[in-house]
Amino acid sequence: MVIAEQGSAETKTPSARSLKSSRPLVAMDNVSKVFSNGTLALSGMSMTVRPGEFISLLGPSGCGKSTALRIIAGLGGVSEGEIDWPSFRINSRGLPDGEISFVFQEPTLMPWQTVFGNVYLPLRLKGVSKKAASERILTALESVGLQDFAGAYPRELSGGMKMRVSIARALVTEPKLLLMDEPFAALDEITRQKLNDDVLALWKATGITVIFVTHSVYESAYLANRIVVMKARPGRVHSDFPLHTSLERDVQYRTSEEYRQACAEVSTMLLEAMGGEEH
Amino acid sequence: MSTTANETLTSPDLPKETDGKAQALGKKQSSALKLPTKESAAAAKRRERILTVLVPICVIAILIALWQILVTVNDIPHYILPGPGLVVKSLMSDWPILLPALWVTTKITLASLALALIGGGGMAILLVQSRWIETALYPITVILQVTPIIAIAPLILIYAPSTQSALLICAFVVAFFPILSNMVQGLKSVDHNLLNLFELYGASRWQTLIYLKLPASLPYFMTGLRIGGGLALIAAVVAEFAAGSAGAGSGLAFRLLESQFRLNISRLFAALFLLASLGVLIFALTSFISWWTLHRWHESSLKREN
Repeated sequence: MVIAEQGSAETKTPSARSLKSSRPLVAMDNVSKVFSNGTLALSGMSMTVRPGEFISLLGPSGCGKSTALRIIAGLGGVSEGEIDWPSFRINSRGLPDGEISFVFQEPTLMPWQTVFGNVYLPLRLKGVSKKAASERILTALESVGLQDFAGAYPRELSGGMKMRVSIARALVTEPKLLLMDEPFAALDEITRQKLNDDVLALWKATGITVIFVTHSVYESAYLANRIVVMKARPGRVHSDFPLHTSLERDVQYRTSEEYRQACAEVSTMLLEAMGGEEH
Repeated sequence: MSTTANETLTSPDLPKETDGKAQALGKKQSSALKLPTKESAAAAKRRERILTVLVPICVIAILIALWQILVTVNDIPHYILPGPGLVVKSLMSDWPILLPALWVTTKITLASLALALIGGGGMAILLVQSRWIETALYPITVILQVTPIIAIAPLILIYAPSTQSALLICAFVVAFFPILSNMVQGLKSVDHNLLNLFELYGASRWQTLIYLKLPASLPYFMTGLRIGGGLALIAAVVAEFAAGSAGAGSGLAFRLLESQFRLNISRLFAALFLLASLGVLIFALTSFISWWTLHRWHESSLKREN
């Protein structure tokens, strides 16, 4: 049994942490979002994010994955329903104050800053001096294997390396929650696999919670320990289930029967979600 | 080997001759036509560099020679078209008159450019703060821009405390707009993802301006600077034509008019030469500043790598 219904034994996964005991990080309750042009992007979406999870938000394009992610990040409010961040410091605007990092589909680097300057940004905005931040920046760069490129400008880096800088910038604040919006969609397959492995390694090493938006079934099945499949027009949750495997997620897992089966199950779910559109 | 090397050496240089002059004026041109043959690449580069200097000099020398020939052969009187020799002579003999005039024009141009940079940049920052400020102020700046400066100059001359300040205001008005509109464009075309990122990290308005919007609009500001630099000089000259000031404080434009009235055409050419030199100098200077501030990161200042 690869895919279990939610709530069944979760302790098999080596990386599964005490999920039930702690407070949730994010609680979305019946959230709807209407854009200013009248489009209903999300309708009645509910989802709870618990510490230590690696959630993959999967769905056809236009299903509101990115919108949901932006709402979780506190970028742009909700039209209806409620979202709460029980484990975060809340600022005067009622939004989480730091501790959430975002990795966009594009590397989103400042071209006039070096790699160091780009990773320094979140700390600089918090008023941390360059000297005090230096060690943390270099640690973050080391964690993505870019310690030798601190002085380089973004234009001198490859697409994959730019993405790594973007991840280092997200990690430098030591966030509790890392949101990734189709981060590697624009990269070639080999670079993408390498970066997926690196993100998994970081997740295991730091205990950070990740929400990873993707439209790739294979990426979902490889990375996540919980999959949320979304349905389009309007965007809502179609199915939400944990993905268990006793296997380490590595090269062997990629070729294993269990992975193949997981892909098949996730594919079925996605097809179901997309089939609903035609009715 | 030597023949192939020669081919690769000469072929990229041929099309360069036509635009060599423009290149000498500071246009950056990527050597896209270069065919890299391992050993000849360095030599070709060196040769190309020498040629980009030599070719325009030769063209100018030929033009001057043609000018001299034209004057001598047709026996044109010096009060219609003086020969180049006469212009040089007049440049040297009239130096005590031309130098102060050059200085006045330079001062007005640079001062008005500096004011336009501060004013245009500052105004752009103000405009993008809110839609209402922009709605209220932008049409006025457009009206100011589209009205020919020569038409406003007489009014400015009446209200300004001195002729010098009137010239300054005229040159400022003209140089101001390209800097403003470029800067507004730059401030508005900041990458939305970066804006989101700044919002996510709780950046204040001030931090977003200093760390994101200003650096992101620097290339646009530099375009404004290059255009504004040229326009400031033009406006300083045009305004002086309109003002027709005389005496000690007059600039090159007045000396041009004065030489025309006196049929001292060789001095007119000398003044023209100085104006052109000043224009080239300003262009080279602003282009250099632009290159120097952007070359480390901006695409416009990079050579193509293939």
